[in-house]
Amino acid sequence: MSATARDLVPPESRAPSGAPAKQVRSGKVRRLSKRDKAVLSLMVGIPTLIQLVFIWLPTVMSVGLSFTRWNGLALGDIRPAGADNYQYISQDYPPFWPAIQHNMLWLAFLALVATPLGLLLAVLLDQQIRGSRIYQSIFFTPVMLSLALIGIIWQLFYQRDNGLLNFLLGTSGTQQAVDWFGDSSINIWAAMIAATWRHAGYVMLLYLAGLKGVDPSLKEAAAIDGANAAQTFFRVVFPAMRPINIVIVVITIIESLRAFDVVYVINRGTNGLELLSALVIQNLVGEGQVIGVGSALAVVLLVISLVPIVFYVSRTFGKEKRS
Amino acid sequence: MSAAVSPGRAMTGKSGRSGSKPKRHYGTHIFLTAMAVMWLIPLVWAVFTALRPIASTNEHGYFSLAGDFNFDNFIQAWSQGGFAKYLWNSVIICVPAVLLVLFFASMMAFAVSRVSWKFNVTLLIMFTAGNLLPPQVLAAPLFEMAKHFQVPYSFSDSGNMLNTYIIVIAVNMAFQMGFCTFVLSNYMKALSADLTEAALVDGAGIWRQYREIIMPLCRPAFAALATLEVIFIYNDFFWPLLFIQSGDRLPVTTAINNLQGEFLNNYNLLAAGAVITVIPTLIVYLLLQRQFVAGLTLGSSKG
Repeated sequence: MSATARDLVPPESRAPSGAPAKQVRSGKVRRLSKRDKAVLSLMVGIPTLIQLVFIWLPTVMSVGLSFTRWNGLALGDIRPAGADNYQYISQDYPPFWPAIQHNMLWLAFLALVATPLGLLLAVLLDQQIRGSRIYQSIFFTPVMLSLALIGIIWQLFYQRDNGLLNFLLGTSGTQQAVDWFGDSSINIWAAMIAATWRHAGYVMLLYLAGLKGVDPSLKEAAAIDGANAAQTFFRVVFPAMRPINIVIVVITIIESLRAFDVVYVINRGTNGLELLSALVIQNLVGEGQVIGVGSALAVVLLVISLVPIVFYVSRTFGKEKRS
Repeated sequence: MSAAVSPGRAMTGKSGRSGSKPKRHYGTHIFLTAMAVMWLIPLVWAVFTALRPIASTNEHGYFSLAGDFNFDNFIQAWSQGGFAKYLWNSVIICVPAVLLVLFFASMMAFAVSRVSWKFNVTLLIMFTAGNLLPPQVLAAPLFEMAKHFQVPYSFSDSGNMLNTYIIVIAVNMAFQMGFCTFVLSNYMKALSADLTEAALVDGAGIWRQYREIIMPLCRPAFAALATLEVIFIYNDFFWPLLFIQSGDRLPVTTAINNLQGEFLNNYNLLAAGAVITVIPTLIVYLLLQRQFVAGLTLGSSKG
C-alpha cells in the first residue's frame, strides 16, 4: 500500500532519481508539418471544447442567471432582476445564514479534527510498527465509499430506536435516546463525524506518501543536534512536506464546500443540516423552481470556492509561468 | 504535485530502516487498535444487520445474536430491490465515461506537455481549476441546457437530454477530465525529450509520437487513473440525481437513496443494499489496490 508512488514515475526518469522535469521540457518539437498542426489542433480543440461547454459556460451562465427571474420553463420567460436574488437570499431566505455557518463549521471541523487525525495516523503508521499495513487498510476503507453510501451506513448506526450507538450508550428504547440524524441541534455534528470517517483516511494516505518523501538525513541531522521527536517533527519533517501540506489545505477547504451527498441522503439538507450546496439544489429541483435564487446561491458558493482554487492554481503553476 | 511524492524514497522505507531493531510501541498499538475498532464498527454493523432476516430482528431485537443468519436480504434486494438493474446502469455510465475521459485527457496532456506552445499553461490552469469547482455551481445551467436541448423522441423518451445516460456520461467525463489531464501531463513532462526527438528525426508525425511512443510509456499512469476514475464515477451521486428522473435508470449509488424511503422500517434490507453497493468498489480495491493508491497520492489535487 505504501510503495506505490514509485510506479507512477516514468521509467526513463527513474534512474537518476529526482531528475528535474524542467530540463526535459526545453526539448521542443520544432518542425511541425501542416498535418501535424491539424492533428494537434484536434487534440487540443476537442477536449478544450468539452471543457468549455460543460464546465466554464455553465459557470458563466450561473452568474448570468443569478441576476434574472425565471421558473425554468420557456427561455423567453427569463426576466432581468438586478440584484434582487442576492437581496432575497441575504435578507428574506431563512436557511441562508445557517447554511453559511454550517459550511464554516464543516470546514473548521475538517481542518481541526479530521485532518489532524489523519496526520496523526500517518505519523504513527510511518514508524515501522507491526501490522502497519492492516491498520492502513482499515483506515483507508471508507475512502473508497461514496459519501452517499456513508450517509446510509451511518444512518444504520445512528438511528434512534434500532441504531447501534444508542444501544452502546445504554439509551436505546428509553426517553433519553437521541435521534442523531433527526435532532436539528446535533445532526450536523453527527454528519461531520461521518464525513471525518472518510476524510481522515484520505489525509492519512496522502501524508504517508509525504512522510516517505522526507529525506531521512534531515531527521538524523535534527537528532544529532539534540532535537526530540516532537521538535524534529514540527520543525523539520512537517515543513519539509510543504507541497503535500498545500494540497491538504486545498482538499480540506474544497471538501467542506462540496459537502453535499451526506446531508442530502440524510434529509436533503434541511432541519439543521442546511449547506450552501444543498440549498442550491433545493431551489432547482422539484416544484416551484426558482432558478434565479438557486443561481445566486451557486454564485456565492462559486466565489468562496475561488479562494482555494486560485491559491492552489497560483501555487502550482506560478513557477512555470514565470520561467 | 508529483514532486511531493519523491519517487526514490518510497522504496527505501523497508530496507533502509531495518538495520535498527524494531522498537515496541505498546501505546501506539493500543491507540491504533482502538481507532481501528471504531473505524470498523459502522461497517461491521451494516454487514451484521444485513445478514439477519427481519423476522429474527423483530423477534429478538437488533442487539442480539439470536435467530437466523443468512443471505435472504441480499437475495431480496437483488431480485425485488432491483439491484441487478442498478448495477448494470452503473456499468453503462462508468465504462464509456472512463474510456472517454482517458482518451481525451491523454491527447490534451500530450499536447500541453510535449509540444511547446504559447497557451499550454493557460489551458492547463483552465482544466485544473475546472475540476476543483463544486458541481452544484454548474447544476442549474447544465440542467437547463439538457432540458432545452431538443432531440427526437426516438432518441430519448423525454424529448430532450434529461433522463438519458449520455448527458450523465458527458458531464462526468468533462468534470473528471481536468484532473486526468493534470496528472497525465505531469507524467508526460517527466518523460525524456530525446524519445520524441528521435522519432522526429525518423519522420514520425505528432500522432505517431503520441500513439506509439508516449502512450505505451504511460501505461502505469493509465492503470492508476483508470482504477481511480472507475471508483470516482461509480461513487458519483450528484449527476444522476440531477439528470435522471426515472428511478429504474439510476446507477446504484444514487438509487440507494430512494431505497431508504422504500425500505422504511426494514433496515435489514437497506443494510443489504448498502453492502451490495460496497462490493464492486471492494473488488476493484482488492484487485487493483496499488493502482488505486498510486492514483490518489499522485493526483492529490482531487477533492
